[in-house]
Amino acid sequence: MTGHADVIVIGAGIVGSACARACAAQGLKTLVLDAAGVGGGATAAGMGHIVVMDDSPAQLALTRRSQQLWEGISAELPADVEFERRGTLWVAVDEEEMHEVRRKQAVYAAAGVRTEVLDARAVAGAEPELRPGLAGALLAPADAVLYPPAAAAWLLQQAVSLGAERLGPQRVAAAARGEVRMEDGSKLCARWIVNACGVGATQLLPELPIRKRRGHLVITDRYPGFVHHQLVELGYLKSAHAVADESAAFNVQPRQTGQILIGSSREFGAEDTEINRSLLAAMLRRAEIYLPRIGRLRAIRAWTGFRAATPDKLPLIGPWPEDGSLMLATGHEGLGITTSLATGELVAAEITGIRPGIAAEPYLPARFLNGSPAASEQLLFGEAAYD
Amino acid sequence: MTQTFDILVIGAGPAGVAAATAAAEGGLRVGVVDDNPSTGGQIWRRGAASPAAARRWMEQFESAAITRLMGWQVIDCLRLGPDGGVLRAEGNTPGGEAADLHFRRLILATGARERFLPFPGWTLPNVMGAGGLDAMVRGGLPIEAKRVVVAGTGPLLLAVAAHLKERGAQVMAICEQASPAQMAPLGWALLRQPSKLRQGMGYRWTTRKTPYLTRCWPLAALAESSVGESDGQNSQPRLRSVRLQREGRQWTVECDYLACGFHLIPNTELAALLGCAMRDGFIVTDEQMQTSMPGVWCAGEPTSIGGVECSLLEGQIAGLAAAGKTGAALALSKRRAGMQAFVEALERACRLDPRLRDLAAEETIVCRCEDVRMAALRGRSDGRDAKLHTRCGMGPCQGRICGGATEFLFGWRAGQVRPPLYPALVSSLMEEEAAGSVAGGAEYAVSEGIENV
Ligand SMILES: Cc1cc2nc3c(=O)[nH]c(=O)nc-3n(C[C@H](O)[C@H](O)[C@H](O)COP(=O)(O)OP(=O)(O)OC[C@H]3O[C@@H](n4cnc5c(N)ncnc54)[C@H](O)[C@@H]3O)c2cc1C
Ligand SMILES: Cc1cc2nc3c(=O)[nH]c(=O)nc-3n(C[C@H](O)[C@H](O)[C@H](O)COP(=O)(O)OP(=O)(O)OC[C@H]3O[C@@H](n4cnc5c(N)ncnc54)[C@H](O)[C@@H]3O)c2cc1C
Repeated sequence: MTGHADVIVIGAGIVGSACARACAAQGLKTLVLDAAGVGGGATAAGMGHIVVMDDSPAQLALTRRSQQLWEGISAELPADVEFERRGTLWVAVDEEEMHEVRRKQAVYAAAGVRTEVLDARAVAGAEPELRPGLAGALLAPADAVLYPPAAAAWLLQQAVSLGAERLGPQRVAAAARGEVRMEDGSKLCARWIVNACGVGATQLLPELPIRKRRGHLVITDRYPGFVHHQLVELGYLKSAHAVADESAAFNVQPRQTGQILIGSSREFGAEDTEINRSLLAAMLRRAEIYLPRIGRLRAIRAWTGFRAATPDKLPLIGPWPEDGSLMLATGHEGLGITTSLATGELVAAEITGIRPGIAAEPYLPARFLNGSPAASEQLLFGEAAYD
Repeated sequence: MTQTFDILVIGAGPAGVAAATAAAEGGLRVGVVDDNPSTGGQIWRRGAASPAAARRWMEQFESAAITRLMGWQVIDCLRLGPDGGVLRAEGNTPGGEAADLHFRRLILATGARERFLPFPGWTLPNVMGAGGLDAMVRGGLPIEAKRVVVAGTGPLLLAVAAHLKERGAQVMAICEQASPAQMAPLGWALLRQPSKLRQGMGYRWTTRKTPYLTRCWPLAALAESSVGESDGQNSQPRLRSVRLQREGRQWTVECDYLACGFHLIPNTELAALLGCAMRDGFIVTDEQMQTSMPGVWCAGEPTSIGGVECSLLEGQIAGLAAAGKTGAALALSKRRAGMQAFVEALERACRLDPRLRDLAAEETIVCRCEDVRMAALRGRSDGRDAKLHTRCGMGPCQGRICGGATEFLFGWRAGQVRPPLYPALVSSLMEEEAAGSVAGGAEYAVSEGIENV
């Protein structure tokens, strides 16, 4: 393949696949390439929870928009994507957390997201395996669960049927000024290059403020009906915020196969894919606090994956001001499965000049270029930024 | 539960039995773990028809001061360093207790499993592994007057056929995929191992009325066309016959059981988890059977497929070496070199005919845990891609069964080994490492017997 494309998307994870689909849908001549198969990076490690989160107004806007886009295509998704509208139960252990439940409900309502407050009785009825004595929960019924690698493969296949071209496994060595150079020395040119390499994005652009944040998951054998919703502790937000060290939170998901996926942990500074035994154990004990009988299930595999974390917990979507041909679509931390669709929409809109469904500003990479990137990284990744 | 050993042996087959027995001689604290409730491994388990040599070994093993943890499965390694480490095991009890096994030195004798190849009908009930059927018969499955076809490759076929015959089965055919030319070197190697030769000839004498067909394999296992209504209990199709092929000829043989085994695959998962170096799927060891990981030895099938004698010898070498008896270990390792010819001849004899790759039809199931069919696997770029997009190897067996097939069919290699090594209770992964004393503690008075290797 030679010649001049409009867009080259580097990375066929769920984010790159969504970008390719959105660009091809705008009639852009799009090429997609990946060092390996489709959806083999963080996309193969993620839980596949399509969830609206309200950490910040920008995060709420991006996740909300994405969830609507998923909803819009849900009828088209093939069976192997395993899309199920399970709903999220944000579980509250005490009155303090019930307070948080009501605050969250108000925020969601203002954004047009319907939720339901469940009292102690209703939670017990909805999820009998949860321990007795919980205070209640917030049910977000529109949240969903899917199988991320299959979703990425479907998005990519959509892109191809819209005219995009997928190139064989190729690792990119450099990408700048409209030129993509492969490790084998071959080159491709395009007006736009989209860096959708997940945590690998920094290999092509070392100055990006992205750090690897490792996470563990455990999958069990099949226990249909053990739980029904994605169950998340409200304390999850505390874990997601705790940037300084390791943390584990209760986050359990029923798969369509009847399997139970148990998460999740967060850990900076880990570079390999090994299992951190004590963090894994802490994560499972956390789950047992909420689901006392989870210890009796059989685990069949444990694995790790890397989230691409940014200092302000928002992804990098849009042009890289230092290079007029470079577009970024990375830094999605623990939400890239959800936010892939809105990311694709924002990237395609940026390239074609059409109006995106939500404001692009909060996600623009330029936000890190006001001072020196290193300085902002220091500031924002540091403990000082933790609130 | 916590237990502490000077030398811990994983696997109670011939290699493990020999290793533990040899290691225990110096009065060291030796433990043996096996996930099976009884000792003896694949071949000696259940005692029946054991040759005299086996009985001798088992007697020595039983009378030695060795802690036997039978029915315990090693699910993880919590720690490993030059001075020892900790394995976590889970008991095969309903309660599923977990135990942390502390050791100074470790010997892996985890054996091998049979390789299965998919062909139409291989998932029917009563189509089973040759060794598997053999074990079930030892365990009491009535086989008298049952018609059995034995197919696959390797000396195991003959051994299984002979045993089934002794138990009254009607063995219809032994189908060996290899060609006579491919097997010739094995014959030559056997001439140098009289005991093996005698054993093999004995097997053949027992099965002398059964056709032994080389270059022959099953094309399909065929099911009962209509299900018997009289038993009325299930609608699952039953095996009726097997369609065989040899050279250009095809024919059908009626049978009650089809016993298949396309040679053995070493159980290297635990070694891989520990970080032991491998070559061509086997664990690399030095002449004293020490792996690339200091303090970890390996004996038996994981190092090479060489039969019982070879496993016993390797077990002894590893046991002696781990106990610090380097001289004795080195003396034995010379004999091991003499067995290499047999190992190589066996490897060559069991090399699979590439035409076996065409046996599976598009709709043939390859991964039984997840019901993945051949058609879904074609065109996948590698094993990981296939796993992610078809679920092949994602089930409870983690590719232990289908991995042997996909390696042969597509050249895919197994992925990263992770804890738990086997499906384990979530509770077994929940506990922090139980305190014990590994290196250098006062408790280790007894360990001073271990010289530095
Ligand atoms: C434990 C865990 C749980 C998670 N749970 C959820 C969840 O429930 N919901 C949710 O929304 N998100 C979740 N996430 C986050 C989500 O998985 C990620 O945000 C998302 O998968 C990122 O997708 P991506 O396409 O950006 O990256 P990736 O999937 O990593 O894709 C990047 C691709 O780029 C390729 N690549 C990299 N460098 C190069 C190069 N130089 N040349 C060519 N190709 C290259 C890689 O091969 C890879 O395929 C979770 C993450 C983890 C780790
Ligand atoms: C089904 C079968 C039948 C055979 N029949 C013959 C024959 O007739 N003649 C012949 O010469 N050779 C035969 N062999 C080969 C013969 O068994 C080997 O040469 C010899 O037994 C090797 O001994 P081993 O100790 O290495 O393995 P094995 O006998 O297989 O013993 C290994 C033991 O370790 C246990 N184990 C493995 N992993 C773990 C773990 N993680 N935790 C706890 N326990 C574990 C297994 O359950 C097993 O009991 C046969 C092999 C098989 C598989």
